[in-house]
Amino acid sequence: MGLLDKKYQDSNIIIVSLEKALNWARKSSIWYMQFGLACCAIEMMATAASRYDFDRFGIIPRSSPRQADVMIVAGTVTLKMATRIKRLYEQMAEPRYVISMGSCSNCGGPYWEHGYHVLKGVDRVVPVDVYVPGCPPRPEALLQGFLHLHDKIMKESLVEGIGSKPVVIHDKGGDNIQVKSAEETDEHKTAQIEFPQQDVARKKEGA
Amino acid sequence: MTNVKEKGPEVTLTPPVDAGNGLKTQEMVINMGPQHPSTHGVLRMELTLNGEIVTRAVPHIGYLHRCFEKHSEAMNDYNKVVPYVDRMDYVAAMNNELGYAIAMERLMDIQVNDRVEFIRVIMAELQRIASHLLAIGTFGLDIGAFTPFLYCFIEREKILDIFEKASGARLLYNYIWIGGLMNDVPADFKSDTAAFVKSFRPKIKELNDLLSHNKIFIDRTANVGVLPDKVAINYGVSGPSLRGSGVKWDLRKDDPYSIYDRFEFDVIAGQGEMGTVGDCWDRYIVRVWEMEESLKIIEQALDQMPDEGDVQEAIPKKIRPPAGEIYCRTETPRGELGYYIISDKSTTPFRVKARAPSFVNLSVLPAISIGAMVADMVAIIGSIDIVLGEVDR
Repeated sequence: MGLLDKKYQDSNIIIVSLEKALNWARKSSIWYMQFGLACCAIEMMATAASRYDFDRFGIIPRSSPRQADVMIVAGTVTLKMATRIKRLYEQMAEPRYVISMGSCSNCGGPYWEHGYHVLKGVDRVVPVDVYVPGCPPRPEALLQGFLHLHDKIMKESLVEGIGSKPVVIHDKGGDNIQVKSAEETDEHKTAQIEFPQQDVARKKEGA
Repeated sequence: MTNVKEKGPEVTLTPPVDAGNGLKTQEMVINMGPQHPSTHGVLRMELTLNGEIVTRAVPHIGYLHRCFEKHSEAMNDYNKVVPYVDRMDYVAAMNNELGYAIAMERLMDIQVNDRVEFIRVIMAELQRIASHLLAIGTFGLDIGAFTPFLYCFIEREKILDIFEKASGARLLYNYIWIGGLMNDVPADFKSDTAAFVKSFRPKIKELNDLLSHNKIFIDRTANVGVLPDKVAINYGVSGPSLRGSGVKWDLRKDDPYSIYDRFEFDVIAGQGEMGTVGDCWDRYIVRVWEMEESLKIIEQALDQMPDEGDVQEAIPKKIRPPAGEIYCRTETPRGELGYYIISDKSTTPFRVKARAPSFVNLSVLPAISIGAMVADMVAIIGSIDIVLGEVDR
């Protein structure tokens, strides 16, 4: 029985905080949304396939956002696709996480300067938990990203609320992406965002 | 994002029809994609359905438009276009580079030595096998066969290892440069490749036993999405999708580039073994047998490859082609990839236009999907084997 085999033979009692148990359960079966955008999706498939084998970490693909815990943004996010990604993110049930895979979704990658149709970083539309650099990242790098996500999940606290990170962003096309705070718009009454400060703050939390 | 407005063409639905039992039925429009596990990326299909029968299919593209032409014109060096060429058809980066390098060499009248040519051909054919393996694996996955996908990826990883030893990258190589190669192949390249060829040949038979002649697979793909040869030619379809319709058209044979005229290999065409000529199964089996032909080419190339030769001797210091234009076409795993390059005698390309095979092949989709079931759409899209990076560029 894996980790617990013969470890607790005398008594079947494990004492652990509820928080830790929940986090452990959560991190041990992260289901990702089977959703590829560009080149990185091929490496994502390679990571899921024979040699690198996502399954051993309990990471299995789901086709629907409603069943997924984590969205791997694997590839270039174009302006046309950005609205769809935001909607897909909103369709996911909480707690939800985002891994930005590859330079394109991190910051625009090779298309950062002249890519008139490329969103310069997916963190302009959805909050990102882990950034995986590379063009494309090797499968090992993506696995490392998931291990970082495991660490982050293990540090979550029940008291502070899990994963609720509403974002209100107005895209005017091109480079003019405006971020409005909750006071300026009534789309999300409870939103307490502000890009990019919010991401900076979340990074400072040590996650 | 409030200002993004999208309006498709107006859809006129047939009026409701009385089904006979007091109920009325009407056509229905559904969206397939852009997030769909079987659309091979970010393709969106707008399907008009009568019950479960597709009466109209409109592909919507542009979700991965990465401004290839703009980048080509903005780069101040012809060499800097090569990485963007890689990212166009990211499943077959070597073939894209080869096409671009050959086009530029013809424009500048550069002759490369034999060693470069042989390494290029071996790399291109290995890449063709890797690309077909991915196409076959994901096609099986779409139909519902998960195991072949894993088997295909085992073999694909072996090819990527060879590429990685030579170029340092797994997917996007930037290896074939204008006038030569990034660097010479490692010392054990020949033995590695020969070992792969030896180990891979039996796997094709294994794949056939596992997937090609599987009853469920045949039932899902035979007689589905039939593409007659005349329709295929009229739409400009090329590559395995065209050869699946029984047309023996392969640029490696019919318009040889590089040194393909020195090798013996067959052009595989669909014969309608399991149903009609040009159905999904035919397009699929063409890819399987093409891997065998690629192995033949690699074997011959390994035998004849010279051991001496500087792979960088023809690389120009400054690339400044004479004013003029060129169209050069090569056979990639998806079909005819053409580059139309205009030079204005400066170091910056005036225009680089790519004629992407996936884009043209995709255009035939509305024609062959009428009358199919919704589940068949997945098989049809998978059998055409599009790469959206190349469709949208």
